[in-house]
Amino acid sequence: MADEGLFPWKDLPLGCAGTEPGSSRRFNTGDWRSRRYPVTDREVCIKCGLCWIICPDMAYSPDPEAEGYYTWDSYYCKGCGICLEECPKDAISWKEEKEEDKYGPACGA
Amino acid sequence: MISAAEALQDFKKITPKTIPLVEPFSKGHRACQGCGEVLALRLAAKAVGMDMIAVSATGCMEIISSSYQTAWETPWIHVAFENAAAVASGVEAGRKALIRKGRIKDNGSKIVAFAGDGATADIGLQALSGALERGHDFTYICLDNEAYMNTGIQRSSSTPFGAMTTTSPPGKISKGQMTWKKNMPMIAAAHNIPYVATASPAWHVDLMNKVKKAVTIPGPAYIHIYSPCPTGWRCPPETSIETARKVVQSKVFPLFEVIDGQFILTRDIKKPIPVEEYLKTQRRFSHLGPEDIAYIQKRVDADWDRLLKLVQATNPEA
Repeated sequence: MADEGLFPWKDLPLGCAGTEPGSSRRFNTGDWRSRRYPVTDREVCIKCGLCWIICPDMAYSPDPEAEGYYTWDSYYCKGCGICLEECPKDAISWKEEKEEDKYGPACGA
Repeated sequence: MISAAEALQDFKKITPKTIPLVEPFSKGHRACQGCGEVLALRLAAKAVGMDMIAVSATGCMEIISSSYQTAWETPWIHVAFENAAAVASGVEAGRKALIRKGRIKDNGSKIVAFAGDGATADIGLQALSGALERGHDFTYICLDNEAYMNTGIQRSSSTPFGAMTTTSPPGKISKGQMTWKKNMPMIAAAHNIPYVATASPAWHVDLMNKVKKAVTIPGPAYIHIYSPCPTGWRCPPETSIETARKVVQSKVFPLFEVIDGQFILTRDIKKPIPVEEYLKTQRRFSHLGPEDIAYIQKRVDADWDRLLKLVQATNPEA
């Protein structure tokens, strides 16, 4: 499991002050998602960037390798489906996600 | 002090091609699936940029951004429910004094207070009114999700008529919330402050431009952002943007700005959709009968006509 920056309450700094800006970036909100994840079909995508700007969890970000496209980050996506609903070309669709793909093999398997 | 119209003379609008890439509100926050409020907060923070001092009243956006880790990349202070505006004015006055004494350099930081509808319309109203009246240079952003969602969906004075909440349950003698929604933007506009606006996350460029205008203008500014809450409104998480669009198209939440007392309608609704279209996707309104919907429609139309008259009276050229 990745270091999510979580620590016991006894280690909190004085006054509960946050000492590291944006430390929530280490927190894995992707495991709130269940069973499905969005996939963009780049053949249909018109590079409008709407998925990036309307994602409440900032799971989409500009792709450094393919200009104009946006990559999806499984670490933050909570699976709300706003990108599917709002995509003007319906280029995004659900794909089934197995629990073992996300967490590794289940206990006893 | 220069007027708002003068301050906006060489205002550079944000266009879909020039959306800022910075994220002063970072990833990994703990908002619910499909939260419209955190989207509104993210867009507002993007428009302000990294030179922001954020003041958060207690509420959803404070809880989800600051439990053990912080989602803020900028200086941020959490205060109680009732005094976000008072603390923002204190930060502004303190910063001004330190600059005057030469203790810190003026880097052009903007002071922005974020609060929910309960912290704005109910508990923090007198602090907000005082701060607007004293004329501090700050922006107050109300993220209106129409109830106290963070503590478990209790009604606030911003809850619309007929909505089901845990403290306004519908039943044999009750229809949910009994009173009409408090008109906070008009209350802020009545303080004769330079800038008041309403925005919806469904029009993200419009929202960012309004926030940018508010921080550009010297003096207090108030922005009321409609923020869908799928958890509290009992609607599917993927429909939160759709709901934010329908509320404007059905005239329930008109988008307007007030610059120096002049009302400007930023989105004229030529072909409105019936209010029922907006109400039916949310389960908090599912108990309403046809006569309740007819009453809401009548009152929404009357409010819209009143706003149009205000636009014509204060802004005859438009």
